[in-house]
Amino acid sequence: MYIVVVGGGKVGYHLTRSLMAEEQEVLVIERYGPKADRITRDLGATVIVGDGAEVATLEQAGAERADVVAAVTGHDEDNLIIAQVAKRRFNVPRTVARINNPRNEFIFSELGIDATVSATQVILSIIQQEIPQHPFVHLLTLQEGGIEFVELQLVDDSPAVGRTINQVGLPEETSVPLFIRDGKPLVAQQDVTLEENDRIVAVTVPHQEAALRMRFLGTGS
Amino acid sequence: MIMGCGRVGARVATRLSEDHDVVVIDWNPGSFDRLESDYSGDTVVGNGIDVDVLRDVDVGGADLFLALTDGDNRNLMAAQIARSLGARKVLARVYDATRSDIFGEMGLITFSPTVNGAKRLFALVTKDGEER
Repeated sequence: MYIVVVGGGKVGYHLTRSLMAEEQEVLVIERYGPKADRITRDLGATVIVGDGAEVATLEQAGAERADVVAAVTGHDEDNLIIAQVAKRRFNVPRTVARINNPRNEFIFSELGIDATVSATQVILSIIQQEIPQHPFVHLLTLQEGGIEFVELQLVDDSPAVGRTINQVGLPEETSVPLFIRDGKPLVAQQDVTLEENDRIVAVTVPHQEAALRMRFLGTGS
Repeated sequence: MIMGCGRVGARVATRLSEDHDVVVIDWNPGSFDRLESDYSGDTVVGNGIDVDVLRDVDVGGADLFLALTDGDNRNLMAAQIARSLGARKVLARVYDATRSDIFGEMGLITFSPTVNGAKRLFALVTKDGEER
């Protein structure tokens, strides 16, 4: 695989190092000379000094043969445009963009970025899982199809308690592959009776989320 | 609706406010000093590449959204957010001529001061004075 990493800050540096450890071919584009020098010195990686949003720089980096372009600078606007230019001008099959402001997440996928990574969102999800009262947690989003993994925590007055998954009924485009009881993952059979404190792991799409919450937790938001 | 109250943004805003309802967005409140005294529109302090900020100012109800900050990528991102939220016509100022073309092909209206400035300058210094 040939991977172009745009942005040689902390994220770009460690990403490059990890990819090189996996023996991938990596090239870094970094705007600031001293940072670029450090990556060359520490990692022996190929680095181009330049603006990754400029076509000439991406061309020099051989973006047309890249399997992945990962835009991981600290600026959302740069990451978006870099990924869009890579896709549009160089037909890069997979573009990845780092997002700093999680509120921008939907706009990135709407504008054709294949995958987004938001550290803020990841940390938020982890914290939410640690808060026992949080009944609904996003676990993972697969950006291409807008598919998401969510977790629903049943409490004593949840409408799903005492009923089977069949009786609760799943919204369209939704499935429940497993649930967690007493800390153990169990395959979710359609006829198992749900109990208080069960954690349901569901695969769904964003526009069915409210319906899913309503059926299991009795509240749409 | 105009994002970026620099010299160009402020001039355009003042002119447009003669006949239209205008809102200028800029993250630096000091930049509104550039608006001329007869500017009759509104000002909003905020980051124009934040979806929530553009929703709050109801960008979806705008007939025209102009992204005129000095950052090409910021302008292109804001214009695309505005378009996706329903603004009827969006325009982004893009200094880099190549990027201006790429996003023009993608359906945005882009304006490159570099290309237009060079054309004008060329016309001024050649005998015929024609822009080409």
